Amino acid sequence: MAQCGACTVHLGDTAVRSCQLPVSAVGKEAITTIEGLSAKGDHPVQKAWLEHDVAQCGYCQAGQIMSAASLLKSNPKPTDADIDAAMSGNICRCGTYLRIKEAIKSASTNNG
Amino acid sequence: MKTTKTTYNRRSFLKASMLAGGGMMLSVSWLSSAKAADKLEALNVPGQWVELNGYIQITPDNVIRLLCPNPEFGQNVMTSLPMMLAEELDADWKNVVVEMGPHDNTKLGPQFTGGSNSVRMYWKPLREAGAAARQMLCEAAAQTWNVPVGEVAAKAGVLSHSSGKSAKYGEMATKAATVAVPKGMKLKSPKDFTIVRNSKKNVEGLKVITGKPLFGLDYRADGMLIAMIQHPPAFGMKLKSFDASQTLKMPGIKDVFSLKLYEDGFVQGGFDTRTFNDLLVVVGKSTWEVMNARKKLLVQWEPTGDSKDTMAGRDGKREVTIPGGLESTSAQLEKMQEMAKKPAQLLRKDGDPETAFKNAAQIIERTYNAPFLAHNTMEPMNFFAHVTDDKAVFVGPLQAPGWVEPTLSKVLNLPADKIEIQMTRMGGGFGRRAYAHYMTEAALISKKVKAPIKLIYTREDDMTYGIYRPMYTATYRAALDANKNLIGFHVKGGGIPEHPVHANRFPAGAVDNYLAEGWEIPSNITIGAFRAPRSNFNAAAEQSFLDEVAEAMGKDPIELRLELLKRAKENPVGKNNEYDPDRYAGVLTLVRDKSNWNKGGNEKYHRGVAAYFCHNSYAAHVVDMVTRDGQPYVERVFSVIDCGIVVNPDSAKNMVQGAVVDGIGNAFYGALTHKNGAPEQSNFHNYRLIRHNEAPKQIDVHFVENDIDPTGLGEPPFPPVFGAVANALYKTTGKRQYNQPFKADPEKRI
Ligand code: FES
Repeated sequence: MAQCGACTVHLGDTAVRSCQLPVSAVGKEAITTIEGLSAKGDHPVQKAWLEHDVAQCGYCQAGQIMSAASLLKSNPKPTDADIDAAMSGNICRCGTYLRIKEAIKSASTNNG
Repeated sequence: MKTTKTTYNRRSFLKASMLAGGGMMLSVSWLSSAKAADKLEALNVPGQWVELNGYIQITPDNVIRLLCPNPEFGQNVMTSLPMMLAEELDADWKNVVVEMGPHDNTKLGPQFTGGSNSVRMYWKPLREAGAAARQMLCEAAAQTWNVPVGEVAAKAGVLSHSSGKSAKYGEMATKAATVAVPKGMKLKSPKDFTIVRNSKKNVEGLKVITGKPLFGLDYRADGMLIAMIQHPPAFGMKLKSFDASQTLKMPGIKDVFSLKLYEDGFVQGGFDTRTFNDLLVVVGKSTWEVMNARKKLLVQWEPTGDSKDTMAGRDGKREVTIPGGLESTSAQLEKMQEMAKKPAQLLRKDGDPETAFKNAAQIIERTYNAPFLAHNTMEPMNFFAHVTDDKAVFVGPLQAPGWVEPTLSKVLNLPADKIEIQMTRMGGGFGRRAYAHYMTEAALISKKVKAPIKLIYTREDDMTYGIYRPMYTATYRAALDANKNLIGFHVKGGGIPEHPVHANRFPAGAVDNYLAEGWEIPSNITIGAFRAPRSNFNAAAEQSFLDEVAEAMGKDPIELRLELLKRAKENPVGKNNEYDPDRYAGVLTLVRDKSNWNKGGNEKYHRGVAAYFCHNSYAAHVVDMVTRDGQPYVERVFSVIDCGIVVNPDSAKNMVQGAVVDGIGNAFYGALTHKNGAPEQSNFHNYRLIRHNEAPKQIDVHFVENDIDPTGLGEPPFPPVFGAVANALYKTTGKRQYNQPFKADPEKRI
């Protein structure tokens, strides 16, 4: 496991794969799933995802969004190489990588 | 389905709709229209929907609900099909909500998502349904206002008359439902489109990005148990005996049993393909518990030996022998080489190819090979089933409900009207979910344990008992005369277990002396559709070959193709040529222009080009490759598609970009190999899929603009990616690619 990234959640502010996360590793850190990222789907990353209409089948996208949100928290202005490095653990079988990258850049700009 | 309606908030609306639809999914366009969502919140019961026809429901409050007939797997039909309806209905898209229709072939048509067919098949029926509903609304207004119907105008959801009278569609809906359904409606001319050809956002976009439970794997029902299958470790093996005593001691486990999927003599349709017939099943409370308990099974497997399947055929049923034996990729390749030397089935012959090759000044002969490919949909196979004595309810990801229903009916011994199927959003399909054996498995398991169950395949299950893209090979020969004219063309293709040759496609029709042949080797490895399975092999092989032929002729590869297409148009050889040479040439000339082919400014890149026709559409790509960290990398791609009218341009562009990425990934990494019948890959650590850092930085997509009725789009852009990548790799490395997956250094084989 830990191969595809579809189950990505946040432990504290860090993106982790929930399929590989023993409960004992959680400690006192908060776990955030996609449902907890924002109440109405208006987190800057989610908004950018809609603006670029990223999803095809959509199955990977919750994980992609969680990885992207975590990246932008630690690195508000990522370069292409930063994005590649942070996002390459999340497979998208439908091949939406370009739009994911564009959306991350939009979210990064919108963050100020 | 058990649902309760309590208060009139958004959630209860969703629940209530489940009751009406008999399924779990309601796809409401919260995003595209806040107004519609507000309206929905104010609604109390779905009984207030006025149904104008199978697809269209309108409330007196002016919310228009359109049912999408075809299941969604990412090609965005849940948006594009309703757009076609809304166009002729002249609805206000802001007031439109979209819901996935249940399986109902009588009301909703064939409901098959696949074969690049959804938009093409529904282009006329959905627009006719929209136009008829619009006419009924006009009629209702005419009656109410006592004016001739010809004087009633309908635009953006509003009916009006020159006297100043006007009404929203919703106000006339109840009356409209009593009007006789008109026939033979005149449809709009493309120049009058206001919704079609104008990009609309994915109607499920907000649900996707907020992680709403859209997929089969998300689905839960009260009392639902989880089932998994322990399958044989290799193709050619079957269950002999098992000891479940340790498994049954594990927490949460309810039952372990074996069952037979199809009884002997069961007549299989073309999409009843199943990998193993004797199933060993573990049922328990949770995925985790079942997964762990399954590991404790002690199982004895034995060789199947040769076995027989009964297949439905055009002239009644026929018996097919499935060979026993444990197949290995290396032995398969040897067998293919032997078969390739033997006489094969003649598929097409024009002129006198034998003489042409005998008289040739130069013959170019190349052989191409490709392995099995696994679909690897992001969401593995799964299905919910609840079978009782008098009814069966199914919820899950499925491409073709109409094809599995007769099978379920036979296997469960239930009439078709007692079988309810609700399709969820699919986490990918690519052809895999047209083979719904996993649903029949779920049905039998639920029947056996007398409980609602969800059958789940793990990633490993999904990859190791798949319905793969076949293993293919083809030898191409080109005969050139002393002046380097192409005087003969020969393709001889084979495969396990089917050959890939499309005998009537380009360059058939463009060469005087042409020969196409095919041969097949039966196998116990199960195969099926995979984003144009034959085409994606052919486009890799034939388009690489043509590149090499162009080089031998001293011609630019685009120029050679255009010359051949000119010949096919002006003086076609043979009769049954499948393609339109003008449209084929159209994508090539446009990609030449858009990519600045042979023009300055592209010196940084090694460029490869390819074009292909399949599923009624035309696609061409120019792939721009660089060497990055010592490895070939596709940095930029220009894509041109002619699929007629493009219904939803931005999402069509997304799908083409996805097809390009998918093509590059499969060309470089796709391979499912076997050793003694056992797949050698089981998860993404040894079956590589393309990742972010390997995707191109830029994919420019252009559609040929014309008013031709829409043809296919899901598949056509995919096949020529392989050929363009191979040709760019040649420019990058100086080496031709004859074997998939491609390697920078082709000597290093898998
Ligand atoms: S959108 Fe389908 S896997 Fe990413």
